[in-house]
Amino acid sequence: MNGLLAVADLRGDPRRRAHDRRMRRLLGGSALVTIVISALILFVLARGTLDFLRSIGWDFGILRDLNKAPGWFPRRERFDLLTIFTGSVIMGMIAMLVAVPLGLGTAVYLSEFAPSKVRKILKPIVEVLAGIPSVIVGYFALKFIAPNIVNPIFSPDQPRNMLVSGLAIGVLVVPIMASISEDALRAVPSSLREASYGIGARKSTTTIRIVIPAAVSGIVAAFIIATSRAIGETMVAAMAGGRDGSGPRTLNPLEPGLTMTAAMTNAAGGTDQVNAGAPFQVLFFVGLLLFMMTMTLNVIGDRFVQRVRQQY
Amino acid sequence: MAIVTESQRSITRAEVHQTITRQSKHLPSLALGVTLLIAVSFTLLTLFALLARIVTQAIPALTEKGSGFLTDTIGSEASKVGIWPGLFGSFGIGLGVLIIAVPLGVGAAIYLEEYAKQNALTRFIVVNIRNLAGVPAVIYGVLGLIIFVGWLKPVTNGGTVIAAALTLAILVLPVVIITSMEAIRAVPLGLRDAGYGIGASRWEVTRDHVIPYAMPGILTGTVLALARALGEAAPLIMIGAITGLLPETSLSGKFTAIPMLIYSWSGRPDSGDSNVGWSNAAAAAGLVLLVLVLAFNIVGILLRNHFEAKRVGS
Repeated sequence: MNGLLAVADLRGDPRRRAHDRRMRRLLGGSALVTIVISALILFVLARGTLDFLRSIGWDFGILRDLNKAPGWFPRRERFDLLTIFTGSVIMGMIAMLVAVPLGLGTAVYLSEFAPSKVRKILKPIVEVLAGIPSVIVGYFALKFIAPNIVNPIFSPDQPRNMLVSGLAIGVLVVPIMASISEDALRAVPSSLREASYGIGARKSTTTIRIVIPAAVSGIVAAFIIATSRAIGETMVAAMAGGRDGSGPRTLNPLEPGLTMTAAMTNAAGGTDQVNAGAPFQVLFFVGLLLFMMTMTLNVIGDRFVQRVRQQY
Repeated sequence: MAIVTESQRSITRAEVHQTITRQSKHLPSLALGVTLLIAVSFTLLTLFALLARIVTQAIPALTEKGSGFLTDTIGSEASKVGIWPGLFGSFGIGLGVLIIAVPLGVGAAIYLEEYAKQNALTRFIVVNIRNLAGVPAVIYGVLGLIIFVGWLKPVTNGGTVIAAALTLAILVLPVVIITSMEAIRAVPLGLRDAGYGIGASRWEVTRDHVIPYAMPGILTGTVLALARALGEAAPLIMIGAITGLLPETSLSGKFTAIPMLIYSWSGRPDSGDSNVGWSNAAAAAGLVLLVLVLAFNIVGILLRNHFEAKRVGS
């Protein structure tokens, strides 16, 4: 022993280091799986879309129904994109008309006004609402919102229509709106509030003029992400929207309507024998459009969330 | 001292009194307060109405069938149906999520937080995971239909519980990764440094210090993922879950799950001559699903408390 220590002596047992390298590869592999999933989603949607376009002979005119009563009738090879697009947009808008006041109001109350005891009870309740499966909200739409709210007030021709479906989707996205905006409001440093109180502002003035403007990017993020969820919601639209896979184009929320998502489930369901042809393949095309729409919204929404994080 | 006339002083006193006792009638404050309370009570009322509707509608079906509702197979009469095939399918899906999504997701989270260098590839993987979390469920159904029902038919035998479990495991993977990453990030750096200081390898530090410390958060993510997977129906429609009769349950045959039964039964008309209609059956199945989802949440909280108590004790 001459007291000299080489770097190799400090590296440790080669077997342990080899084990560490193996684990690194294994764990890295599971991280790469997520990239593979994204690539597969894109590949499957793109390939199906190509099949669909080949089936309709690259005739893009077919995607815009010029008949007197335009509509989405896949069995008759009438694929009017505008029909399902307006369906998704109308139900999404109704949903946001519900989700913004309720979600934002709950968030502002929880973050600025609720005493900590009330907050401790209210927050888990909002989380319970977030955990309710969408089929159950769909059931609620059919058995409560339609007969007890929409029918008595508007007496629509059909119990299942875009208003019922939109209201129920709104119920589903309230917790998303509430939780993301609440995070943004709570991220506003209390020094801002204290400065406002210091110059004599009331709580309401402080909330409206200081806290909400400071959290605005987070609130915008909440709105965008909730909109993306509303457009991507499938079960409620399929159960309460009122159209089983086909229907005319309409802008009237009291009429039944078809969303992009419901058009997809209907194209896949009930085609056990014929998993081929344009009426089936169109689901990939609609899926690709839906994927791009929701991804754009999510990316923009995420940008706003990151901005809140950087600010404070 | 300061020269204050008697009248000025009394005005000041009144104002101070008003401010302290909050007897102010400031209209905007009042309006904001009332608006917020209305918003909150509407949210609570909605939840209450939903739960009340499910429970009251479920009672006739559950009293008629008793425990047979859980163990009987699907029938063609609303008063005689059971949800056993749905329970079987949902348990299969839950098991699949535990076996596939949890190890894969926690592994990916460990890699991204503990091993990965802060470079473009890592950032891309993280952004990609965030995007995957926002992809609509129905799109995962398309993926499942092509990959697990089509390409992997030799393994899954087509649209079976196995294909459903794989599809939903992929769907909840981002949830598991994101919550686990947050849990791992919250582990204090000193814990790792102490491990490295006595010569432990990265994996040894991760296995013996980081994972145990992050376990409560990881478990919470697991529970959330399970609850989400149990409630999803859209991907199951895409991969061809059955909504009609299903005489026997197996891993290699047709399948259904509780959300599919609710979806199917909600749409059926109630016949007037029986006091148990399809809407009662659907509500009863919905109640079972709600209880399952809430039970998972409670189990998650108990586990978390257990781990936290252990951490304080050690």
